[in-house]
Amino acid sequence: MEPGLFFFWLFSAVVVVGAVGVVVMRQPIHSALFLLLSFLGVACLYVQARAELVAAVQVLVYAGGVMVLFLYTIMLVNVKRQRTERYLHRQAVPALGFGFLFLVVVGGVVVNEARALAGKAPAADPAALATTVLGSETVLGNTQAVGWVLYRDYLLPFEIASLFLLVAMIGAVVLGKRTMERFD
Amino acid sequence: MITLAHFVGLSFVVFTIGVVGVLVRRNLLTVLMSIELMLNAVNINLVAFSRQLGDLTGQVFSVFVIIVAAGEAAIGLAIVLSLYRLKSSANLEDAAEMRG
Repeated sequence: MEPGLFFFWLFSAVVVVGAVGVVVMRQPIHSALFLLLSFLGVACLYVQARAELVAAVQVLVYAGGVMVLFLYTIMLVNVKRQRTERYLHRQAVPALGFGFLFLVVVGGVVVNEARALAGKAPAADPAALATTVLGSETVLGNTQAVGWVLYRDYLLPFEIASLFLLVAMIGAVVLGKRTMERFD
Repeated sequence: MITLAHFVGLSFVVFTIGVVGVLVRRNLLTVLMSIELMLNAVNINLVAFSRQLGDLTGQVFSVFVIIVAAGEAAIGLAIVLSLYRLKSSANLEDAAEMRG
């Protein structure tokens, strides 16, 4: 097996094990740690897919920021439960059946289509993801190339995203503050 | 050789695990984590197609998805905290007043 494929399966196994762990672990803290494992595996896959900037953002935002938020909330919310308390929803069995059907039927169709597309349009030159032509000069490096696309073609969505983050921050502060007052 | 189908298949498996997690768990925190898994699966797809087509737009979009996921986590966890203060519980089934 060629090394690239070997590492793809290795990282995929890490991602899937982490994802399954999130769903089956009883304590939320264990779910959170498996989620971290899954995030880091996905970051490794991004590096393999020549998306170095997205991999770095994945580690910084998900494994750093979002994970810390989850752990703080678990610390504030989680109470020790008896091991006998059921942790699955009443609809768990039909949901598992639905998930299996979804995976087999829709997943089979989607993967088949992807295989056909990959046969029709061969993978682009990997260097294309690290270069962007700007008039006469060519920038080098994935981060610089993504930056150019982001600020040149997607400037308005970028500004809207900053507004979205501001709204989210104010909303989180307001929602959290009301709970503080109850403790005064 | 790693093809598009490998990435799409992996992303589909992770997405399905996320859907099942949302449906089967009672704990609101774990449900939010499963939503993060689904967003991650979408990101794998975007990056895979970006790699296949040699077009950076997919990577730019996955950065936007990460931004939205960060906002969603902040608001969602603040809601979990509010629910916990109100009900002393983070279970979904304890927040069922709207049921008719």
